[in-house]
Amino acid sequence: MDFLRPASWEEALAAKAAHPTAVPIAGGTDVMVEINFDHRRPEYLLDLNRVGDLYEWEVGEDSVRLGASVPYTRIMENLRAELPGLAIASHTVASPQIRNRGGVGGNLGTASPAGDAHPALLAAGAEVEAVSVRGSRRIPIDDFYTGVKRNALAPDELIRSVHIKKAEGPQQFSKVGTRNAMVIAVCAFGLALHPETRTVRTGIGSAAPTPVRARAAEEFLNAALDEGGFWENGKIITPSVAKQFADLCAAACNPIDDVRGTANYRRHAVGVMARRTLTWTWESYRGARHASHPKGGAA
Amino acid sequence: MRVNFTVNGRPQEADDVWEGESLLYVLRERLGLPGSKNACEQGECGSCTVRLDGVPVCSCLVAAGQVEGREVVTVEGLAEYAKQRSRGGSAGTSLDEAQRWAAQGTDSRTGEGTGSSPRAALSSVQQAFIDAGAVQCGFCTPGLLVAADEMLEHNPDPTDADIREALSGNLCRCTGYEKIMDAVRLAAARQGEAV
Ligand SMILES: Cc1cc2nc3c(=O)[nH]c(=O)nc-3n(C[C@H](O)[C@H](O)[C@H](O)COP(=O)(O)OP(=O)(O)OC[C@H]3O[C@@H](n4cnc5c(N)ncnc54)[C@H](O)[C@@H]3O)c2cc1C
Ligand code: FES
Ligand code: FES
Repeated sequence: MDFLRPASWEEALAAKAAHPTAVPIAGGTDVMVEINFDHRRPEYLLDLNRVGDLYEWEVGEDSVRLGASVPYTRIMENLRAELPGLAIASHTVASPQIRNRGGVGGNLGTASPAGDAHPALLAAGAEVEAVSVRGSRRIPIDDFYTGVKRNALAPDELIRSVHIKKAEGPQQFSKVGTRNAMVIAVCAFGLALHPETRTVRTGIGSAAPTPVRARAAEEFLNAALDEGGFWENGKIITPSVAKQFADLCAAACNPIDDVRGTANYRRHAVGVMARRTLTWTWESYRGARHASHPKGGAA
Repeated sequence: MRVNFTVNGRPQEADDVWEGESLLYVLRERLGLPGSKNACEQGECGSCTVRLDGVPVCSCLVAAGQVEGREVVTVEGLAEYAKQRSRGGSAGTSLDEAQRWAAQGTDSRTGEGTGSSPRAALSSVQQAFIDAGAVQCGFCTPGLLVAADEMLEHNPDPTDADIREALSGNLCRCTGYEKIMDAVRLAAARQGEAV
């Protein structure tokens, strides 16, 4: 095994081009487990810890450019307002020790269906900035997950950053597990309201071979909210609409039975989380509307 | 490969390090510092917790090559680290001192020192673990001490929820955690009195 230690982003790209089989290591919270247990013996380890650019983030007009190695702890502490869904998801990852090391670049690199960043990224809307010596491209998050633990990166590419839409409305993330800490999701659900475009987006984790959106559910809900004038009148969402949305989210799952849960349980739980996260986000949307347009008289 | 890094405030050099080796292995097997424990090697138990550039991490999941040029504090250097922190200086613990480091606690009943050597008084967190009876088999203790000490460094007056959160990555199979909670509360209270 060789240990490659690029000191800059350019050196890292050159190393990856020269050794496409090199395994990048950022926080190491996935890679080291595999090495410790002899599940992986890469020819080259490509250490990204010295590439400072990967630890920075920039808050732009419409989106946040999140460096691939920014640890979950930093996201929780610094980006809760801009990326609330991802910040909540980050807080559910493992433990403080793991959150101090692991980040979204590694989560995307592993592309496990159980990765907690994925539902939040799918719901918020994001693009992965993949770079090689050949150039740079932005992969829409919807096209990034290509199979179980597979992603759209080419062998010579590295993730520089993720461009995530800044929240323009409430976002939520919910996860089912046996305790509060150190839990790999039995299943997880992310939801984001996008009041400017009058749309709702979702993300489902651990309930299909890849992280997925519940598109039929989104379309149904977008139409129902539109028809009822809900975005304008801020009324409570009708229970039958919420139920139909939850059922469609459950139907978007294609889960398996495994040690963490059965397929049936996962479908059921996704439906429950869909309904709850919709209720939570809609309540806070109504609250924010109310605060910004007081309708006269005592509230 | 060779790895140069700072351990407990002093520069160290580890030779013949295998490229896939963990920081935990280097500390225990190459530098003779077995305080950090190896219980799971997969980030689940926290018994290998050390501080890397001040940040608590599982040393079993840090590749040795990643610590080149960086600073690590292990449980063996914790007492000195805490002492320096309260004084605002930095001296560090030599490898030899760290290897010979043994808990020189104050007997909780007599209040007298039990050790024969004058060095290495315990940090307030370490003393509190003894006084509160938070140590049974002791395997989880080093990781808990490092994690708890780091929390108290930036949160001197933690709520129970803060303590549980900060220690949520550390498993203990013996105590049932209540005595550990007591110990951290005690350390926080004593720190508060001392200020
Ligand atoms: C005890 C424990 C609990 C965990 N709990 C959770 C959990 O609750 N939720 C969760 O989502 N995950 C969990 N994980 C998994 C892991 O922490 C996350 O997937 C984390 O995001 C990985 O980030 P990292 O920087 O440590 O990745 P690394 O281990 O460094 O890398 C992971 C993968 O990504 C690749 N990679 C890293 N950076 C780049 C880059 N810039 N460009 C291209 N490829 C790259 C690597 O080659 C590797 O294939 C847990 C892990 C452990 C050990
Ligand atoms: S040995 Fe590192 S977390 Fe268990
Ligand atoms: S005291 Fe035995 S594991 Fe904690």
